[in-house]
Parts: sequence; C-alpha cells; structure tokens
Amino acid sequence: MIRTTLAALLLTTTANAGEIWVTNEKDDTVSVISTETLEVIKTYETGERPRGITFSKDFSLLYICASDSNAVQVMDPNTGKILHDLPSGEDPEQFVLHPDDRHLYIANEDDAITTVVDTQTRKVVAQIDVGIEPEGMAVSPDGKIAITTSETTNMAHWIDTETQELFANTLVDSRPRHAEFVKDGAEMWVSSEIGGTLTIFDTATQAEMGKISFEVQGVHPDRVQPVGFEFTAGDSHAFVALGPSNHVAVVNAETYEVEDYILVGRRVWHMDFNEDRSLLFTTNGVSGDVTVIDVAKREAIKSIKVGRFPWGAAFRPTN
Amino acid sequence: MTPYVTSLRAIVGREALRFIHQRERFIAALVRPLVWLLVFAAGFQAALGLSIIPPYQTYIAYETYIVPGLCGMIMLFNGMQSSLSLVYDREMGSMKLLLTAPLPRWWLLFCKLAGATAISILQVYAFLAIAALYGINMPPLGYITVLPALAVAGLMLGALGLLLSSFIKQLENFAGVMNFVIFPMFFLSSALYPLWKMAESSKLLHDICALNPFTHAVELIRFALYVQFNAAALGWTLLAAAVFVAAALWGYNPSRTGMSRRG
Repeated sequence: MIRTTLAALLLTTTANAGEIWVTNEKDDTVSVISTETLEVIKTYETGERPRGITFSKDFSLLYICASDSNAVQVMDPNTGKILHDLPSGEDPEQFVLHPDDRHLYIANEDDAITTVVDTQTRKVVAQIDVGIEPEGMAVSPDGKIAITTSETTNMAHWIDTETQELFANTLVDSRPRHAEFVKDGAEMWVSSEIGGTLTIFDTATQAEMGKISFEVQGVHPDRVQPVGFEFTAGDSHAFVALGPSNHVAVVNAETYEVEDYILVGRRVWHMDFNEDRSLLFTTNGVSGDVTVIDVAKREAIKSIKVGRFPWGAAFRPTN
Repeated sequence: MTPYVTSLRAIVGREALRFIHQRERFIAALVRPLVWLLVFAAGFQAALGLSIIPPYQTYIAYETYIVPGLCGMIMLFNGMQSSLSLVYDREMGSMKLLLTAPLPRWWLLFCKLAGATAISILQVYAFLAIAALYGINMPPLGYITVLPALAVAGLMLGALGLLLSSFIKQLENFAGVMNFVIFPMFFLSSALYPLWKMAESSKLLHDICALNPFTHAVELIRFALYVQFNAAALGWTLLAAAVFVAAALWGYNPSRTGMSRRG
C-alpha cells in the first residue's frame, strides 16, 4: 500500500517536472524557474529587451523576441547558448509558432506589419500589412488562420495562412494586446487593455459572440487592463492578467462570467501553466517577480523574484 | 487532588463562569475586531503597500494581514479586562479571600492568568472561525500551531494586566490606564501596518514599535498561523512575560500592599 502510494507520488512528481522560462524585458535575460521547487534555477543572457517567448514543438529550441535587437533569437535551452538569429523585421514584440513547427508569425510593432519567417531556411516568407502597432498573435489549431491584433487601429486582423493575405478585419475595444484560439479553434478571444474587455469571436463567421468586462473591488476601473490570458485543461476557464490592477481574473469560458479575482504582483502581464495545468505562473512586470497560482484552489501560493520587468512566460517539460 | 489543582480548577472555573454569564462581553470582544476587519480593513487597503514580508510567500490583501494583529487585539483587551476584574475583586473584598488561601501567591496569580488566557484563546478561535467564513483562511495546520503562540501571548498580556492591577487601587483609575496602555500598545505595533511601512514615515516610531512586546506577540501569532516558528518573537514575548510576572508578584507582595497586616 505504502509502496503504491510512494510510486504514485513519484509518478506525479515526475509528470510535473518542468521549467517556466521568463523573459526579463529590462535585464536582457531569461530566468528559468523549476515548477517543482518554485525557485529560479538558471538565468541566461539574451538580446536587448526580450519579450515574446515560445518553444519549438519538441522543446529543443527556444525562440525569443529580442525587440531592441530587431531579431528573433534561437536558443538551445539545454545550454542557454544563442544558436542564431532569425530575420524578424523591426521591433518584434510577440510571435506565435505555426502548428507546422516551422513558420513563425511575428508582430512588428514599429512597422505595422506581420512577418512570417521560415525557421528552417531562416528566411522571411511573407510580410503582411496590418494595423498600427501590431502585438497580439495567434494561429488556429488547424493552422489555417493567423491573427494579429493592432494596438492603435483597435482591430483583429484575420490572415489566411495559405495565401498570407488578410481576409477579414474585426473591430475590438481599445488597445488589443493578446489573442488565443479556444475550443479547437471554434472561438477566438482578444483582450483589450484600455477597453478593459475580452471580446469573443466565432471563428467561422468572425462575428462577435460576447464580451467580458472586469471589476476589481477597490481598484479604479482605469487600472483594470486585461493583457495576457491562458486556458485551463479542457478550456473550461480562462485566467486573465489584468495589468496594473495587480489581479488575475478567473473567467468561466462557457458562461463568460468572471468567477474570481486573485491578487498577484504589480502589473501582471503574461502567464503559462505547468504540465498538468495545476499551477499557473504569472509575470509581474513592475514588482519583478512571478506569482505562482494554485489553479484548483484559485490562490496565489508564492511569488518568485526574477529579473527586472518580467514579460513573457513559456513552459518546458524536463522529464 | 492536590490543593494546587483544586485551586487552579476553582479559579479557572470562576473565570469561565463569569465569562459565560456575561454574553455581552463575549459578543463585544468579537464585535471589536470584526469591525476592524470588515470596515477598517476595507478602507485601508493601501496601508499595507505591495511587498512580500515573512511569513507570507506572496502578495496578500490587507484583510489577511491584519487578522493576526486582531487576534492580538482580542488578547490585549481580554488581558486588561480580566485585570479589571481583579481591581473589582479587590474593591469587593473577594481578592482578600483569594490571596489568603494557604497556597503560594505566585500560584494563585498564575491560576488567574491561566483562566484569563484560556478565555481569550476561545475568543480568538471564534474570531478566526468568523474570519474563515468571510474568506480569510489560514493553512489548516496553522489553526493548531497557533495554539501555543496564543498561550504565550495571552500569558504575557495577562501578566501585563496583572501588573497594572497591582498598582491601581480603584476602578476609575484603571479605566484611564487602559486607554493609556491599550491604545499606544496596539497602534505602536505591527498589528495594523508592517514595520517597514512605519519606518517609511518615522524611524523613531519604527524603533518604538520594534521594542513594543505587543509587536512580538503579534508576530509570534502571525508566524504560527502560517506554520512557521519565529524564535526572536518568542524570546521577546517570553522575556516580557517574565518581567511583567516578576513585577506583578512584587506588586502583589503582602509587605508592599499591606494586605496581610490588614487581612
């Protein structure tokens, strides 16, 4: 009995072994946090102003948007060495890796374009004109649609990934920051920082299906600014970073109702889960730390100091 | 049963009976911290600032921060209140009966202290239960580990009350001392605001707070509620308790009070 329990415990621990990689915008570094010990275990140097961060499908390569170096850097996560840079266009801020594990869709904030880069040939495949200050990037699970949100034009731009051309533009509230496809691509969610809302679109028709607003007790509405968000296992709930309100909202993805608010560090920006999605790691820019949230209890359990102005977060399993 | 145990049972039993018969006192003891928790804390969110201080592992709401301080507040008021009853006993004459019992004076006073501490622990648990219903939860184990911390804090604050009561001859005087002791002790402590926040406005106030034994009692309770041990806070609280007890024993010394000659 004891042996079985121990074995089960060991399995659970091993299954959850992993790392959260966090870009530190003002330190030009990435911090690596162990999802088991909840401590920073490594810090690697990057190009200038690292923001967007994502892994290749097999987690053997790490892509980092080094915004002020005007490059997407490719790092070997096992050694922390920068292998090479990818051409990215000016000021890459966010990107998303296509399900083909080959094409990166990059938002070039200063040039109002979305750049598509082939990570194997290291060449720009396409540059698509979008609205002013593009930021949020998403690709549908089937890989057919890419989304760019533009902060100043206040639009979500729908890109056909076969033709690399826009096929729709939909208005959203002020300063859209982040986009995600949900429920096997049936819905597309966009957060609007200044508008203080999440807008939900029907992917098939690009029609607006709903809008979610937030209200944090004791916090002025101007400070409630939704930015990054991620979905729990089965897409049942979304955890939404609310920027300078220093809270993360828990949204029921079926009813679109806000169920909870969790206090985290200052100016919470982006986030990622551990492997079984039992823990959520939020980057808190101003306080320079990462808050760990127990997803089941909806409680912040620890805040871990990282570099200055942590921005993006990405998970990598280590077992 | 030895006379020691009999006297302990009798004195603690009397305190308990007195407490049970004074329901208003129980309600008043709970209403006070609850007003602070539900009203004051709501308006003073900014008092805490945004910083992670031990024993907390992450950012907390102000309501969460002041719960240990309000536990201390319950004990502080209770310690003083039970001492008030000592002054009353002295005026009514029952004190004379108690102190003339054929047992060491320190034992009789300790029984008195133990009774008062037990009652304030009950009140703190009632308060913690209401706070939990309000949504302010501690780690489950914390509700157990806080018990010894409450006992030590309760004894220290009870001893302070005992000391004060030994120097006060009339009820009217005691009410004034309560105001001069309770409020400065409570406000010049870490009960309502962390010491680093106090240091931001005044170094002197911060130093006074750091010397205040009530600060250490509150920190002892705070750490214990989060299943952590704060050796410094325990040391300071025990030291303060020892000093207060010694002074109270001296204060209740028959040669000083003249009770034996008159009794």
